[in-house]
Amino acid sequence: MTAITDTLAKTTKQKQRTAFSDFWFRFRRNKFAMLGLVVIVLEILMAIFAPFLTPYDPIKPDYAYAWQFPSNLHPFGTDDLGRDVLSRLIYGSRVSVSIGFISQIVLLLIGLPLGALAGLLGGWFDFLVMRLIDILSSVPTIFFYILMMVALGPGFQNIIISMSVTGWIGIARLVRGQVLSLKQTDYVRAAQAMGADTKHIVLSHIVRNSLSPVIVTLTLGVPGAMFTEAGLSFLGLGIRPPTPSWGQMIGQHQGYVQTFWHLTVFPALIMAFTMLAWMVVGDGIRDALDPSIQV
Amino acid sequence: MGRYILQRILAFVIILYIVATLTFFLMHAIPGGPWDALALQDKAKWIPEGIVAQLNERYGLDKPLWEQYVSFLSGAIRFDFGYSFYNATRTVVELYKELFPYSVHLGLLTMAFSTVVGVGFGILAAIKQGTWVDNLSTVLALFSMVVPAFVFAVLLQYVVGVRLGWLPTGGWNGPKYWILPVVANSMGPIGILQRYTRSSMVEVMRANYVRTARAKGMRERTVMLVHVFKNALTPVITVGGPMAANMMTGSLFVEGMFRVPGIGMYSLTAIGNRDYPMIMANTLVFSTIITLAYLGTDLVYALIDPRVSYSKGK
Amino acid sequence: MSTAPLLQTVDLTKSFPIRRGFFGQKLLRLVAVDRVNLSVYPGETLGLVGESGCGKSTLGLTIMRLYESTSGTVLFQGQDLGTVEGDKLRKARREMQMIFQDPFASLDPRMRVHEILREPMDIHGIGTPAEREAEARRLLDVVGLPSDAAQRFPNEFSGGQQQRIGIARALALRPKLLICDEPVSALDVSVQAQILNLLRDLQEQFNLTYIFIAHNIAVTGFMSRRIGVMYLGRLVEIGPSKAIVTEPLHPYTQALIAAVPKPDPKLEKVKRTLTGDVPSPIARPSGCPFHPRCPRAQEVCATEEPAIREIKPGHLAACHFA
Repeated sequence: MTAITDTLAKTTKQKQRTAFSDFWFRFRRNKFAMLGLVVIVLEILMAIFAPFLTPYDPIKPDYAYAWQFPSNLHPFGTDDLGRDVLSRLIYGSRVSVSIGFISQIVLLLIGLPLGALAGLLGGWFDFLVMRLIDILSSVPTIFFYILMMVALGPGFQNIIISMSVTGWIGIARLVRGQVLSLKQTDYVRAAQAMGADTKHIVLSHIVRNSLSPVIVTLTLGVPGAMFTEAGLSFLGLGIRPPTPSWGQMIGQHQGYVQTFWHLTVFPALIMAFTMLAWMVVGDGIRDALDPSIQV
Repeated sequence: MGRYILQRILAFVIILYIVATLTFFLMHAIPGGPWDALALQDKAKWIPEGIVAQLNERYGLDKPLWEQYVSFLSGAIRFDFGYSFYNATRTVVELYKELFPYSVHLGLLTMAFSTVVGVGFGILAAIKQGTWVDNLSTVLALFSMVVPAFVFAVLLQYVVGVRLGWLPTGGWNGPKYWILPVVANSMGPIGILQRYTRSSMVEVMRANYVRTARAKGMRERTVMLVHVFKNALTPVITVGGPMAANMMTGSLFVEGMFRVPGIGMYSLTAIGNRDYPMIMANTLVFSTIITLAYLGTDLVYALIDPRVSYSKGK
Repeated sequence: MSTAPLLQTVDLTKSFPIRRGFFGQKLLRLVAVDRVNLSVYPGETLGLVGESGCGKSTLGLTIMRLYESTSGTVLFQGQDLGTVEGDKLRKARREMQMIFQDPFASLDPRMRVHEILREPMDIHGIGTPAEREAEARRLLDVVGLPSDAAQRFPNEFSGGQQQRIGIARALALRPKLLICDEPVSALDVSVQAQILNLLRDLQEQFNLTYIFIAHNIAVTGFMSRRIGVMYLGRLVEIGPSKAIVTEPLHPYTQALIAAVPKPDPKLEKVKRTLTGDVPSPIARPSGCPFHPRCPRAQEVCATEEPAIREIKPGHLAACHFA
């Protein structure tokens, strides 16, 4: 017995860590991811505190100051209705942030139960769900969104609705796959041997072991949702004016790149950096959670 | 194998049918027919009631929904989509013949450019794993993958077209005009290809059979050529199929921004104008292309990889 | 044996449908366990040996009702396990537990050891949470692990230690029967000895009955009082360990015993090695499943399947010529 205690003592010089602190330690080592995280946090703050940060009203026109180039008064210039571009950009973050989060929450609420039930129940339910996923995944998404938005009309809610119709299949497929593979593990068998019912197995084993891929998918889904909203707003099908959204701003003024460049370039820049930040963070989370990668 | 091919073709047909049906019913569920949309655009285009009835009759919009559906489907199979609403004198097919080649041109150039650049960077990153070259190209790839094409379009237009004045910002009149749209359209695919190629190559480079080859004394270059590339590029081919198809749909935004006279740009106006026949034709065409691409990829994969076989339920 | 068996299987069969066909029609069956009749008596260790794919693990899982049997019965303490459901089944499960081959895979990698050990008690609602924690620590002690192991995750332990955790967990419900499915196959030889000795000590201490499944006949002989030999899902021989090892009756057993290397350079090489590979359980040979590889096969072996019969007292074999 002493031999065992000795080996145990030798291998445990490290501090005891919780799963989260372990993850955070690994995440912190990724410089890009930390940078991205800072950008994201700043944007979220910007979205929340927008009214306090904007020098001008983003919606009210002020024709006297229309079409102005960047200056001391208006660091990013003004648009065709005299509205301050910087203020509109700041308010635009509200759209992006909320679309990002709300869309993922909705997709989770739809996809997680469907995928989990499909994996757990199997049989005809699984068959139906899988066929549904097959069909929906063959529909070209951009076109589908466009059609939906044309049919439903522009607006925040309708964007969420359009995204919800097909967006859940990613999570559902993932969760189902996780459930199926976890069902085969010895420790789930052991739990069954102990007399555990499905509820216990799901709560005690399946949830904690499928968390990471789901988190990664959701995190990477945020820029995807932003991308979609931007594209739709660009086409005039997304967020209705006068509410500003970055994609919308680019779309409305796409003809003026050669002249009033500030109307499109600034939204484009902030869009680009936001997306990059999210992707980098998503990648960072994935790498930090992957036990096979040594940080 | 034959069975597998049959299954896939069957799936293909079913999917197309479902997409066509969905599109049809969605289009007809929109409140306010095509004529209202025209009026919304331009008050002067408001059409009096009597004429609306005539137009409806002419285009068959007054017939019951089922009849319209059936005639739509039967027409679709014969590649007859009727007359465009917006351009009342031209049939959809005519319009396609005129516009499609430009989109195909853009698409092919995009494919070529993005494959060379994307795969090239991927290989480079894999060979120089862990160095700054690798890190930099990975971050750049991430960037290009995630940023929407129209954002790139704006930046390119502004920086290269306006500020530097090197290249034109619109139109399609010659090779100089091709550069910016192709680059903008390629950014997404480049990013995806780079990541895919790199991770696939890294995986193969670490594999035991490659180590064995090196241990046998094969020169590094031969190792790379014979073993690594061959196996690493296979998954890239799988991604390539659907990506090629997505390039066609992505070109929507790029065509719009660079005023390329292709089908993508026309689709945008069609949508705005509620040009039903055009919209439905577009959706069907793009869906077909994408689904064909998936089908093609599946088949190529089945041919290359002897381990693949269609199994129902895992 | 005058006592009643603790566990008895009657013609227990488990087969799996193999899906072929365009619409998933089941065209073939894989027979993993074929009409196995076994009895296990209280306090003994019954060993089960056979090569990979012979069905011994499947048999263990079917006995535990982790697989539903295709036909046949499992009687535990006289009760037909196939007929109980719900709460009754859950209570019955407390009496039989399992130890798995891959120690790491049998532990939830995201659960700490004390949670793992508590789980069986949580499921059955035994005792208060404080009592469960105390019991968890006591179990650690029983299997020879220090109490600071409780806060750790499974990946912080060696294979042998992980298996100890698995054993501790199995004991939490005070089962009567423990099915050990190749418990030491994945461990280093020196550690194997430790675990085997632990198992023997625990058997004495807690009056446990074991079914010990392995593919190594020497290890099985060491642990078991009786040994059963399986081939392609059939029980081909069963008897006292000593008899099986020294005077095997079935040609397959004889080949298995002969294959065990004996570290004595003076011993002559006995030529009794088997030819060929184990056939696929989907395409089982007719008659006696062993006849294609059997050195003593005759015509009758290909046509008539030999029933298992008692050749010597307590020693049965399924061969026409035993």
